[in-house]
Amino acid sequence: MPGKLKVKIVAGRHLPVMDRASDLTDAFVEVKFGNTTFKTDVYLKSLNPQWNSEWFKFEVDDEDLQDEPLQITVLDHDTYSANDAIGKVYIDIDPLLYSEAATVISGWFPIYDTIHGIRGEINVVVKVDLFNDLNRFRQSSCGVKFFCTTSIPKCYRAVIIHGFVEELVVNEDPEYQWIDRIRTPRASNEARQRLISLMSGELQRKIGLKVLEMRGNAVVGYLQCFDLEGESGLVVRAIGTACTLDKLSSPAAFLPACNSPSKEMKEIPFNEDPNPNTHSSGPSTPLKNQTYSFSPSKSYSRQSSSSDTDLSLTPKTGMGSGSAGKEGGPFKALLRQQTQSALEQREFPFFTLTAFPPGFLVHVGGVVSARSVKLLDRIHNPDEPETRDAWWAEIRQEIKSHAKALGCHAVVGYSESTSICEEVCILSASGTAAVLNPRFLQDGTMEGCLEQRLEENLPAGCGFCHIPYDELNMPFPAHLTYCCNCRKQKVPDVLFTTIDLPTDAIVIGKGCLIQARLCRLKKKAQAEANATAISNLLPFMEYEVHTQLMNKLKLKGMNALFGLRIQITVGENMLMGLASATGVYLAALPTPGGIQIAGKTPNDGSYEQHISHMQKKINDTIAKNKELYEINPPEIAEEIIGSPIPEPRQRSRLLRSQSESSDEVMELDLSHGKKDAFVLEIDDTDAMEDVHSLLTDVPPPSGFYSCNTEIMPGINNWTSEIQMFTSVRVIRLSSLNLTNQALNKNFNDLCENLLKSLYFKLRSMIPCCLCHVNFTVSLPEDELIQVTVTAVAITFDKNQALQTTKPHVEKSLQRASTDNEELLQFPLELCSDSLPSHPFPPAKEHLESASSNSGIPAAQRAVTVEKASPMGEGNFRNRSAPPCANSTVGVVKMTPLSFIPGAKITKYLGIINMFFIRETTSLREEGGVSGFLHAFIAEVFAMVRAHVAALGGNAVVSYIMKQCVFMENPNKNQAQCLINVSGDAVIFVRESELEVVSAQQPTANCQPLCTGGEVTT
Amino acid sequence: MTSELDIFVGNTTLIDEDVYRLWLDGYSVSDAVALRVRSGILEQTGATAAVLQSDTMDHYRTFHMLERLLHAPPKLLHQLIFQIPPSRQALLIERYYAFDEAFVREVLGKKLSKGTKKDLDDISTKTGITLKSCRRQFDNFKRVFKVVEEMRGSLVDNIQQHFLLSDRLARDYAAIVFFANNRFETGKKKLQYLSFGDFAFCAELMIQNWTLGAIGEAPTDPDSQVDDMDVDLDKEFLQDLKELKVLVADKDLLDLHKSLVCTALRGKLSVFSEMEANFKNLSRGLVNVAAKLTHNKDVRDLFVDLVEKFVEPCRSDHWPLNDVRLFLNQYSASVHSLDGFRHPTLWDRYMGTLRGCLLRLYHD
Repeated sequence: MPGKLKVKIVAGRHLPVMDRASDLTDAFVEVKFGNTTFKTDVYLKSLNPQWNSEWFKFEVDDEDLQDEPLQITVLDHDTYSANDAIGKVYIDIDPLLYSEAATVISGWFPIYDTIHGIRGEINVVVKVDLFNDLNRFRQSSCGVKFFCTTSIPKCYRAVIIHGFVEELVVNEDPEYQWIDRIRTPRASNEARQRLISLMSGELQRKIGLKVLEMRGNAVVGYLQCFDLEGESGLVVRAIGTACTLDKLSSPAAFLPACNSPSKEMKEIPFNEDPNPNTHSSGPSTPLKNQTYSFSPSKSYSRQSSSSDTDLSLTPKTGMGSGSAGKEGGPFKALLRQQTQSALEQREFPFFTLTAFPPGFLVHVGGVVSARSVKLLDRIHNPDEPETRDAWWAEIRQEIKSHAKALGCHAVVGYSESTSICEEVCILSASGTAAVLNPRFLQDGTMEGCLEQRLEENLPAGCGFCHIPYDELNMPFPAHLTYCCNCRKQKVPDVLFTTIDLPTDAIVIGKGCLIQARLCRLKKKAQAEANATAISNLLPFMEYEVHTQLMNKLKLKGMNALFGLRIQITVGENMLMGLASATGVYLAALPTPGGIQIAGKTPNDGSYEQHISHMQKKINDTIAKNKELYEINPPEIAEEIIGSPIPEPRQRSRLLRSQSESSDEVMELDLSHGKKDAFVLEIDDTDAMEDVHSLLTDVPPPSGFYSCNTEIMPGINNWTSEIQMFTSVRVIRLSSLNLTNQALNKNFNDLCENLLKSLYFKLRSMIPCCLCHVNFTVSLPEDELIQVTVTAVAITFDKNQALQTTKPHVEKSLQRASTDNEELLQFPLELCSDSLPSHPFPPAKEHLESASSNSGIPAAQRAVTVEKASPMGEGNFRNRSAPPCANSTVGVVKMTPLSFIPGAKITKYLGIINMFFIRETTSLREEGGVSGFLHAFIAEVFAMVRAHVAALGGNAVVSYIMKQCVFMENPNKNQAQCLINVSGDAVIFVRESELEVVSAQQPTANCQPLCTGGEVTT
Repeated sequence: MTSELDIFVGNTTLIDEDVYRLWLDGYSVSDAVALRVRSGILEQTGATAAVLQSDTMDHYRTFHMLERLLHAPPKLLHQLIFQIPPSRQALLIERYYAFDEAFVREVLGKKLSKGTKKDLDDISTKTGITLKSCRRQFDNFKRVFKVVEEMRGSLVDNIQQHFLLSDRLARDYAAIVFFANNRFETGKKKLQYLSFGDFAFCAELMIQNWTLGAIGEAPTDPDSQVDDMDVDLDKEFLQDLKELKVLVADKDLLDLHKSLVCTALRGKLSVFSEMEANFKNLSRGLVNVAAKLTHNKDVRDLFVDLVEKFVEPCRSDHWPLNDVRLFLNQYSASVHSLDGFRHPTLWDRYMGTLRGCLLRLYHD
């Protein structure tokens, strides 16, 4: 009996009128956990009842504590008929189960009804007494912390990054049970909400167990998704990266941070961690000895990739749900043997992280991806997870083998997704093949690590670009040059990755959002034929998406993509591909060549003229873009390095394959050997379209930038003004006999118009950058295309941006963390001086750039002066307590980023993972589909904020809307929507003090800091 | 390709002040888009009409959802659905409850009933304010009226507390509620020259001095709100006003009053002779107004009477405002020197307020 859950129902407010006669409500509350239910008294005739209940106590197992949500139902008492439900509140009590998170949940929660939406609020207090014998604690997974953030959370230090954890649970979807025919929509929705809540809890607990077996204490980059498979079931799956985290609480841990919280904020991120990446992966491979393995007999789930025979020696493990418990025993024995070359031995050396401690990432090979088409109605045992486990295992093997082919032993920025249409399901996985620092795999002392890092950083900020594979034995045709930065190593001419821009990367100019959009019609077909048709289309789509990305990148005058995410969506009669990434110019890579247009038609005067006209337009656009994004790389004397007109070959960093039901594997050679990527032949209309679409992409209006990564390269002076938003658009395609071109145009217009609308709506925030722009495409019906965008707009300080851009370029080469413009204001001596004397400045600097707050550089510097330089900071740290922020009560910020500009995250309160269903049978009355969804999304935000506030938090970071499934039936006046969101609840402290200082002296800060630095050395 | 659904939801609710104004003014989405286009916003921002349309729709939807909350502003503060910074909340409320001068002049003093609501069509045509906007303003008046009508305590405070309006706007609403409750006639042709501000000024004076609340506001016990009703005139006081009749009924008293005033003002007024000639008429007018206030009907005609009996005669003789002031001051003060008059306090309570009102009403 390891826990006692205590709940107190305090009061309600703004309840709906349930009794028309009196215009009042006789409300009472049912509190349910597991199978136990308590009730409050009926509070007669009030819309603002004061129950002030006793403490309801539930004595429960920790397993239940983790799985079950607390369910609070508000009802209207009715003497003569059945009591009417007003609405419910589900509270995930998981945050109360680990010591460092919240200790109490207390606050006003919106009372939610799946038919009526929010109906008033209820004030609830929840506490958990864990009977804390630590042994027990250990054996359940109660203590494991979960973070959605895909980097090491700000107030923690990674002791060990263990690696990949995954889990998957399956259940029957209540919506497809026989009982659904006789129960009300409300009952059905609530059954579904409850089930998903339960499954999420179970999933998290199971993943927690795996983490404990790996000797970790946390999961970072936790991504949970659900697949609505329909008849075959409801799948909830999750992946994450197991870590051992240390809370940075002692002054030592906080060392680089000074007593000013804002400072700490900037510095806390992982980079400051002295030995953050002791990647002692040995203990982290518990998977080997796992006995569980799935049966690979099903025809459509066979091993698909031929190249990974070596890998498949490793038994598939860790996949079966519930299998985890078996591994405890032999684990320790293995642990000793595996301390070396641990990464190689790991079954899946995958990391869901997208940002890393400095030095962790040695080389980046490129994007690896794998897709597979499956038929859901062929699952033999739909209620069991084996089949899906096998599917994913297969895909992961492919990913692993692709990474190997790129000479990499690990995959970072790894993610998985599905797209389902009827019985067809496309499983996708992608990541970035990478070589991780082997030295980080051993435990090093702080100093050792540090030294090593400094040394590592000597080829400043270009190391990760150097090719990891063998030059003579390249996995694909590529054009290599010597690194433009260090001139020692070879680099490719373009680099595609799924990760965030490394903080030490040297970038010239600013970045921008680059999207490739594509539609392909497909015949309606059934089952096998359908799957085959899709499988056949996929390689072409990938190829075209890739070509578009490449062309657009060239058009921007850039040479690398970060945060690449390619989404392929399947519908009844079409496939959609949407790729988003942030383009940048990496100083290490050669200057990209232009785009040349060629026509095959033999000399025809007007035609030639047309071509040259197009060519001119393209050249103009490139020139304009270079100016717009401030890409003016230093002239490289040795022109030999990269010929301005590129070698006529397409180099692909994208290695991908499809495995489909027919069990074929397609290794797609994107280069096709012959075609020049940058020579566009415009003989057929398709190509003309391509050229046109290239030129029709309008740049954002002046004052706007956009990217889909955490931060925008080249902008660091964020202010604290942020606005997170979700925008949804659905278009109906007019005719059924559409052509591919018309479809493409529609889709392209949809995305472009959506972006234009965003720019217009957010114009008051100029100068501003849309960060973490996340597009999701779905095809809810035959002729409907739905695009959902979530992003955050952050205002930055224009003046400072202008000031800093200039020195940036010249100095960047000399510095480890050059892309940080703020730092460039520091005299260089300071940096070089302080480096040896103080171990942490580089890290700190990274952080500044990483968490990038704004306007504050000045402030920060000013403060630093007071506190006497970085070295002094540590000593001074305790002198004054961080001034507690003037948090405006009740405001909860939400952001998809892992940080809050202008503030410091002081505490992580736990993961927020919420699932809601909303349904209406009076669509017109609620303002049509737009009114319905608008209200619902606003309600979802409200419920997320309320839960965060009740945990004592004031922000959600790494917020993501993972699903927004919208279905309508206007004829019946009905609509239904499912939304799944998650994020990390945090407490942040704003540095108002610092802002004041910065406002006062925006520029005159270099001087003082400089002296400060000298004092230190 | 048609847009089926198009929404934008921010964690902080975006409020566009210009669009809010258009919405409050009752324009349809298409009219609002047209007006925005005309404002030149497309050129400034490089946006397209489609973008503007989508943006306007979004804002209208948001306002529509907010409207329910704006009906009870404290709800807007406590609700959780829309995260709006306090300054914006205040702006939303203030603008929502703001009204058009032209509109308020039409309904001021009218019963806020269904009947009046039916006349909104005509008011809309007459004033050029959209019917939608007229309805909103009318409903605002009515809502505020309903909430505070039975309440004890200061009218302005009550309004401020329940509707979170700025001090100025709360005062205006107090005037509207006060006028609606007492049904003062303000629509007569001879009253057309008066602005809402003139009436609001008078209302404030009357609330301060002539209501039940006026008694409760004794300086010694400002918190006592036991009988503090600001909405209704103090019936007892109105009854007592009959006693003032003696001032014009008693011929000696009237002559004495006149001579006192004339002596004091001789040589000081540019219209002395006119004043001297008219004194008895004016005095009769003012005192009779007081004596009649026991009847509801006459209370309603208070402003008509004041204008007829005092403002118009003076205006026809071209009294300068300063002379009116001197006269009224002397006229009020001299009463204290009348030996036979036994209600100086009553007189001051009546005349103090009336003097203020008359001076405000005396203009072209």
